[in-house]
Amino acid sequence: MALIPRRPRPPALLRPPVDLVQPLGRRFDWRGPRAPLRLIGLLAVVGVFVLPFLNASTYLMQILTSAYIYVMLAMGLNVVVGYAGLLDLGYIAFFAVGAYTSGIATTRLGLSQVQAIPLVIVVCVLAGIVIGGPTLRLRSDYLAIVTLGFGEIIRVTANNLSVTGGPAGIYAIPGWQFFGWRLRDGFSLGGLRFNGQVTFYYFVALIVTVLGVLGISQIARGRLGRAWKAVRDDEDAAEAMGINTYLAKITAYIIGAVWAGLAGQLMATQQSAISPPSFQFLHSALILMAVVLGGMGSTPGVIVGALFISLAPEFLRGVADWRYLIFGLLLILVMIFRPAGLWPASAVLPWSRDRRRAAETAPPPPPESPSSPAAAADRGPTADGPTSAPASPEREVRP
Amino acid sequence: MIQVIVNGLSVGAFYALVALGYSMVYGIIKLLNFAHGDIYMLGAYVGFVVLGALTSWLSLPTALGLVLVTLVTMALTGGAGVLLERVAYRPIRHAPRLSLLITAVGLSFALEYGVRQIFGPQPSHFPVQIDAGSVHLFGATITIARIVVILVAAGLMVVLALFVAKTRQGRAMRAIALDAKAARLMGIDVDRTISLVFFIGSALAGAAGVLAGAVYGTIDFLMGFIIGIKAFTAAVIGGIGNLYGAMLGGVALGLLESFGVAWLGGQWRDVFSFLCLILFLTFRPTGILGGRVQERM
Repeated sequence: MALIPRRPRPPALLRPPVDLVQPLGRRFDWRGPRAPLRLIGLLAVVGVFVLPFLNASTYLMQILTSAYIYVMLAMGLNVVVGYAGLLDLGYIAFFAVGAYTSGIATTRLGLSQVQAIPLVIVVCVLAGIVIGGPTLRLRSDYLAIVTLGFGEIIRVTANNLSVTGGPAGIYAIPGWQFFGWRLRDGFSLGGLRFNGQVTFYYFVALIVTVLGVLGISQIARGRLGRAWKAVRDDEDAAEAMGINTYLAKITAYIIGAVWAGLAGQLMATQQSAISPPSFQFLHSALILMAVVLGGMGSTPGVIVGALFISLAPEFLRGVADWRYLIFGLLLILVMIFRPAGLWPASAVLPWSRDRRRAAETAPPPPPESPSSPAAAADRGPTADGPTSAPASPEREVRP
Repeated sequence: MIQVIVNGLSVGAFYALVALGYSMVYGIIKLLNFAHGDIYMLGAYVGFVVLGALTSWLSLPTALGLVLVTLVTMALTGGAGVLLERVAYRPIRHAPRLSLLITAVGLSFALEYGVRQIFGPQPSHFPVQIDAGSVHLFGATITIARIVVILVAAGLMVVLALFVAKTRQGRAMRAIALDAKAARLMGIDVDRTISLVFFIGSALAGAAGVLAGAVYGTIDFLMGFIIGIKAFTAAVIGGIGNLYGAMLGGVALGLLESFGVAWLGGQWRDVFSFLCLILFLTFRPTGILGGRVQERM
């Protein structure tokens, strides 16, 4: 996979087996400007694993399971929209493909949910290739509307075929079982009895989602992720640098499809029934909002955005009817006033002393040209960032 | 056969009217205005309200009333289009393409659910319907409503074509579509012309909305969604950015769909047209009448 030309490499013994993803060892840097945020993230992950031991009410577990499925979807869409810069408006179609594949495989072909996982992945990869293949060569705005049409095609097809159960959908989808032990039997741990029905879907969804989030953020730091970002920022320049832009885009598309498919399987097992109305454009738009509001290309932002979008109806009971209108307006406002989202990829805590250092590494500062003192002097009053330090003698000449 | 063709033509007339707005906006600022289908929906609701107000104040003959309502609605939806462009698109016109597209999606969402908050999720019944009977022609039953739709759409398109071809403003539009920067240097007020394009496109979509209400009888807040994609399909088939392409594409899509329904059955209608879209984009992305495509750097 020649996405980016390879660098000279270390001797084979020192080389990590896969350099598509960044090695895990460099992940936790406790001293940098973003360390406090990392700590908060780690605490949050521990917190959600501990939560069922404190309060395992059916209601809480159910809304949180749905929220995790949303996080999984949003992480997948983030690859397509946030990293690769392709607008996918029919993303829910892959969710439907995953859910229906799992439903058909378990109820009609007699497979177990675990056996259905590879099938779901294969079908989603194929769906990604079929849709992405012809359209990714086109301009990005054509892609948006083709995916929109594709989302409708999948829904209408599911509504009209008999193998998908028509408008009634597929019901009695079996849950997860591992080696003869079924999750819904429940079990006790540390003196607490868990009723499997709900709590365990919580754990399954949580573990899959955590793996999904870690997987995406690892891929995004590696060569593949850098290729995506290069394509997003300037496709022609990326191509000139030797990146196979088509391959990069279709990989993003396929990974997004697989993530959505797995989320679909989670949803099918959680609800044990699926039907076409769950896969309307509305849901594609909601996931897009989660990604955009949180911050495109920012893992914590996307997670927070997905939690916000999926939990908002629970917290805002009084204005539940207004929420879609509010979401739509929010989307416009965010694009006009804060296009990087509420929690951009380069965020640090507002009171952190190292804000400047983080800002320095994130977006490239405007190039300073010491050779032309007039230009530097013109810019003098505004250019007081850390990068302009070498140019300070020339800044004495102010008009 | 004749039946299928006439059905196709009348549906195609709707597609063409909405596709014109898509195509004009795309041609002039290279923006896919996702909210355009919702302007059509807005037109239907504005017509609904204006018609209600008119019939309670003065009693006009149906035909005259409908013409009046269509004109008022066109003015109002045109104004709405200009407002949306001013508020949502103009501030970020030079931002990356993705931001514009996402803004358009947000706008479409806000329009749909804004109308839902006002009029409720149930379909509303249009107070006036064109049901003046039907004529029999070559063994086909053709309702007057369909003929009215085709005639009104054709009339509006002729007026638009003349406007763009003959007037000073039309020439300004064509100049901006060719090269916005050069047009500005030549003293054309680019912002005003873009507003005018949004006004015309939205007014045409509004007219289509009123016609849809008067022909089909019920309107709902999601009616613009499917027709938005269909109109885009029509614009692509004809060659996006090309005025005559949008008209041709609308009619072509209407006919294709009409034959598709006759062969495959009504439930596959949308699937069929979206497949047409994908095929066209794959094999002839410039459409029937599309000329050169220049990638914007």
